Formats: sequence, structure tokens, C-alpha cells
Amino acid sequence: MHIHFLDPYHHRISLVHSLDARVKFVLTIAFILTTALTPHAAWPVYILLFATILAATLLSELGIGFVLGRAALAFPFVLAALPVIFTLPGPALTSFSIGDWTLTVSQSGLERFISVALKSWISVQAAIVLASSTPFPDLMMAMRAVGVPRLLVAIFGLMWRYLFVLADEALRLLRARAARSGQADQPGLKNGGSVTWRARIAGGMAGNLFLRGFERSDRIYMAMVARGYDGEVRVAPLPPLHAGSWLALGSGLAVLAILLGLAYWL
Amino acid sequence: MLYAPLPMHIPDGFLSVAVSVVLWVLTVIAVAISLRRVSADLDERRVPMMGVLAAAIFAGQMLNFTVAGGTSGHLMGAALATILLGPWAAILVMTTVVGVQALVFQDGGLLALGGNIFNMGVIGVLVSYTVYRAVQKVAGGQKWGLYVGGFSAAWLSIFIAALAVGLQLALSGISPANIAIPAMAGIHALIGVGEGLITVGALVFIYASRRDLIEAGEKQQTGGAIVWFAGLAIAIALAIASPLASSNPDGLEWVAEEKGFLDAAQGPLYEIIPDYVFPGVSNEAVATIIAGIIGVVIVFGVAAGVAYSRKKRLTA
Repeated sequence: MHIHFLDPYHHRISLVHSLDARVKFVLTIAFILTTALTPHAAWPVYILLFATILAATLLSELGIGFVLGRAALAFPFVLAALPVIFTLPGPALTSFSIGDWTLTVSQSGLERFISVALKSWISVQAAIVLASSTPFPDLMMAMRAVGVPRLLVAIFGLMWRYLFVLADEALRLLRARAARSGQADQPGLKNGGSVTWRARIAGGMAGNLFLRGFERSDRIYMAMVARGYDGEVRVAPLPPLHAGSWLALGSGLAVLAILLGLAYWL
Repeated sequence: MLYAPLPMHIPDGFLSVAVSVVLWVLTVIAVAISLRRVSADLDERRVPMMGVLAAAIFAGQMLNFTVAGGTSGHLMGAALATILLGPWAAILVMTTVVGVQALVFQDGGLLALGGNIFNMGVIGVLVSYTVYRAVQKVAGGQKWGLYVGGFSAAWLSIFIAALAVGLQLALSGISPANIAIPAMAGIHALIGVGEGLITVGALVFIYASRRDLIEAGEKQQTGGAIVWFAGLAIAIALAIASPLASSNPDGLEWVAEEKGFLDAAQGPLYEIIPDYVFPGVSNEAVATIIAGIIGVVIVFGVAAGVAYSRKKRLTA
């Protein structure tokens, strides 16, 4: 069993897939920045932002269900913003009591909570469309184009290349543990040892994984040296941007600027 | 998803733009210094090593152990990376791990990535370094120093990073300091125990099978006094600021307002022109409805276009 399903890239033939990765990368960041700069409770602008990202999802032919399904993964963190409903001063909407506590829902608190949840939900969709429509090597090219140092990009590239190998190793370790320490099928049955014992076993597995990583990186280094590596990270020059890509970048940024203008001007 | 990440990756939408930008600047400085120090090492073996070990930490976050009631302990890895690779390489490794998690797996936001790298990469590594070095000094090269140092570095790196997350959320006006900080601290004080136990387990294993790697790691602890004090300063500052902020949340709000954080977060223009409407339309509800109609038109237009082009492609 291999772990390639981790890779979120989904191949499709679509406008979004064929767009230059650098343009996509910059537009995604700009979209998320626009969403972040939009004030709280600017509902009309949220609707337009959502329509924009929904249109991009449609153009990418990834499927709305796929993108929205993945976006739901980001929801648990919203809990962190929950208290603001009760603590932000503002006109009271309703109040209820739990035991001795009386919690008052304020209008501005509720507005801010919904705004944060919506902004976070809209932003994560943009990140999903980017990751699902762009292969990782193209993302690395985009990172170089926005000025991430070569050495760091090289580490990102090596990590991505061996991520699946080491994730497979981790899966094998997990399978071996399940086979040997008699994982209990029935709920309620203890599955072996005390908590510290289990933690130590997990730690041993992590150490094992590290060792395998160390030893593999030695072999990779030898292979690189055999192929002419001399400590210098060499990369092909970035291809120039086509006129169409510039047009896409310009019109995308213009749309976002208009949305941001609406958010403040209205 | 197989791995269950720590509840420490902040998604987009939670940090105010001002807080995000400040954290990005701090992160870029720390990563630039680390890159320079690692390149100055002239050890060309380290490039593939950092890449593969970043992959190992990412994969290592899949290894978990059940604690109780469906919760499980697992690894962040900043302390382990610091002990085995030294602070500079560890910062780069954690930057790569957190970066890929955000870029590819949407685990943490892209605008919030600066903050996430700072919390887990920079704070996690510097605090680990300070604690581990201090315990090593006290232990004077004895074996218990490795384990006690490893456990306390791992626990404190998680705990201090959690305080930082709580403080950043409070500064962004998302969650009041007297709730966010104690909640983050409480949860992560427990998660940190899991991190500490796994880190010690990993160190025991590596010590038994490849002691030379631990010794090589010792040689990499080349942060010097400045980095040691930086880690100490971060730990002390957050440990003091957090209880102060949570016992006096209005104080933090005051600081936020003084520094213009809240203004930047909410938009000063929005305050000046409070009526939220389209030009020529005098009602907020009408503006929302118009926005809704425009949105529906855009989406349906695009959907029709995509359907048409797909049909053309199929018949062609």
C-alpha cells in the first residue's frame, strides 16, 4: 500500500490548470490578502468574494463538492473564535445562562464571529484550488519567482520528493506495531501497556524513522555527488511569462482591487 | 488525512493583517539568518539531509499513540530536530514542514504562514535550544542530560508556542486574551507531555543504535550565547506577558488600539463611512441582495461557459 493519495493534485484539462503557476500563486495570495483586509460584517463583499472563488472552482473543473468538502477540514479552528460572541461589547441580542454563568450574545460579537468563519472558509477554498490544480514542481517555480532563496526551495523540493517514501515507511511502522502489540478491535478493551509505554514505543518508531531518514539522506548525497553535485544548487532559469499570463495576472489583480475598493468605499 | 496535526496551525482569516505582516517580517529575518549560517557551514551533505529529515518529521507526525477517550499524542518535532541538527538547520527543517503543510495540505493558512512558521519553527526551535543546552550544561555530559533535556525542551517548546498563538489571536481581536491564552496553554500543557515522551523515546532509540548521530548533533549546537539568550528571552517574555494579558485583557486591547492594530484590522475608512451600501442605494439589505444577484450571475455565467466548452471538446 502506497501513500500517493496524500498528493492533493488532481489532473484536469481546464483553464485554471493551464494558467501559469506563478500567476496562480500570486493571485491566490492576493485573494487571501483581499479577504483578510475586508472589514468585518461587509456581507456584500463576502458574497462577491465567494462568487469569485466559486467561479474559479468551476473553471478548474475540480468539482464544487470536492473543494467544499476539503474546505470543511479547516472548520475546527473556528472554535477559537467562539468566545468573541459573548465578550465583545455591543448591543445585546439575547442571553442565556448555564448554571451560574450568564452569557450575553452581543450583536458586534456575533457579526465578528460569523465574519471570521466566512473569511477563513473563503480563504481556504482559494488555497485548495491552487494546491489541487498545480503540481508541486510548478509551485516551487512560483516560490522561486516570488524570491524564496534557492537553498530553501531546494530543501522544499527534496522534502517533497522523499515525503511519500518516508510516509510509506511510517505506514509500515504503524502496520508492524498493529501486528505485534495486539491492537484491540473491540472498543473498551485495553490495547497493551501503560500510556508511558505506548508513548515510548511511538517515540522509538519516530527515532527509527529519523534513522532511516538519516541513512537515506547519506545514500542520496552519494548519488548526487556521483552525478556532479558540488554543494551548489543549480536551477534552470525561469521561463518568461506569456502575454496571456500577464493579462490574466493584471485582470485578476484588478478584480481584487475593485472588490477591496468596494469593501472600503461602500 | 492520516496525520492528525496539532491544533496550532492558524488558518487564514484569524490573524489581523498587521499581526500577520509583523510575524512574516520576523520569520523572514530568522530564516535568512539560518540560511546564511547553514550555507557558511560548507557541509554540502546537509542539503539532502535537511530535505529528507523534513520529510521524516512530516511522516513522523503520523505516528501517534492513544492516550484516553479517543485523544492521541503525537509529534511536532521541533525539539528533536534541534537536538539532532542544531538550531539553524532545525529552523529550516521546521520551515519546510510547516510550509508544505500550508501550501499543499491547507493545514494552516498562507497569509498566516509567517505566524505558523514563527510559532512552530522559530519559537519552538529557539526555546528547545535554550532548554536543551542549559540542561546539558548542568548534566555535564552525563546520559540523563540527554533525556531530561529532551523532555523539557520538547514540553516547553510546545507550551511556549501555544502561548504565542493565544497572544496572537488576542492581538488580532479574534479571541479575548483571558480565554484564548489559558485555553491554548491548558490544552498544550497536556499535548506537550506527549511530545516530550515521544522525543525521549526517539532519543533513547537513536542513542542505543547510532550514538554517533547524537554526538554529531552536539557539535551542531552552535547557536552561541546570543541564540541561547534569544530563546530565553522569548520564553520569559511569553511566560510573563501571557498571564498579564489574560488577567488584564483590557490592557491588551488598549495596546492593540494604541498600536493601531485594531484599526488596521477593521479598516479606518469603514469607521468614517459607516453606512454599508452600494452607490445610489440607501439600504444595506438592498446592497447585500444586489451583491448576491451579481454573484449568482457570475457563477452561472462561468458554469455555462465551462459546460459549453466541455461539450465542444467532447464533440470535437
